[in-house]
Amino acid sequence: MRILLGFLSGLLFGVGLIIAGMSDPAKVLNFLDVFGTFDPSLAFVMGGAAITTFLGYRMVWRRERPLLLADFQIPSRRDIDGDLLLGAATFGIGWGIGGFCPGPAWTALPLAAPGTLVFLPTMLIGMGVATILKERRTALA
Amino acid sequence: MPLDTVTPFTPLASTFGGVLIGLSAVLVMALFGRIAGISGITTGALPARRDDWGWRLAFVAGLIAAPLLVLAVTGAPVSQTVPTDLVAMAIAGLLVGFGTVMGSGCTSGHGVCGLARLSPRSLVAVLTFMATAFVTVLVLRHIV
Repeated sequence: MRILLGFLSGLLFGVGLIIAGMSDPAKVLNFLDVFGTFDPSLAFVMGGAAITTFLGYRMVWRRERPLLLADFQIPSRRDIDGDLLLGAATFGIGWGIGGFCPGPAWTALPLAAPGTLVFLPTMLIGMGVATILKERRTALA
Repeated sequence: MPLDTVTPFTPLASTFGGVLIGLSAVLVMALFGRIAGISGITTGALPARRDDWGWRLAFVAGLIAAPLLVLAVTGAPVSQTVPTDLVAMAIAGLLVGFGTVMGSGCTSGHGVCGLARLSPRSLVAVLTFMATAFVTVLVLRHIV
């Protein structure tokens, strides 16, 4: 049941990305190109998604626990640290070069563009390096 | 970089697609009690990382299946223009992968779920990655 519902949730997310146009790096890069071929569509994607989530979360959190797992695990940190700033800044540079963030990179996989087939494995390597780095630091602390 | 590839402004489709993304994020919270951040789901999809990895791997499989479903329903393949400079794409992949894990989230985890939770960390993250992304495109398309 978890597997099936996890799959359907991912499918819904992916179809949303495609309908929104966010699966197309050209559209993402044009959103970021205010002084060139600017396409403001992505602001509507983010707005529609954030408002829906804002309202939906408040309905869901009236329950004691989620339907399939034992508890809600919601990030509780509120501090702004160097990792957050450095990580977000680094991500933004990569997003501006490739036009892919992690979700659209996955939905692009079966379309098999050469750029995607290079981006996706290197993204996973980058994730692996950062994960190991963070775990080493935690182990040393 | 595909310069001057004009894309049409699609406020209605983009808002609708955004609502579907939001519904998926709400579904993940209702079913699993977790944030629907794709970078976190990706790193958590390995058996060695988390005990509840199965649904995450299935979620990623759902993302990959999405364009196939769209093709089956509409009969038209999903159109996209991916940058063709493979060296640039390799660098972009490394930066996106490293940055999203180091910064604890990407466009979905911070941008959608974090803003919906009114998280100050996510707001700072979104403003930061938007700023560096705007500057990167500005430099690559208009200065270099």
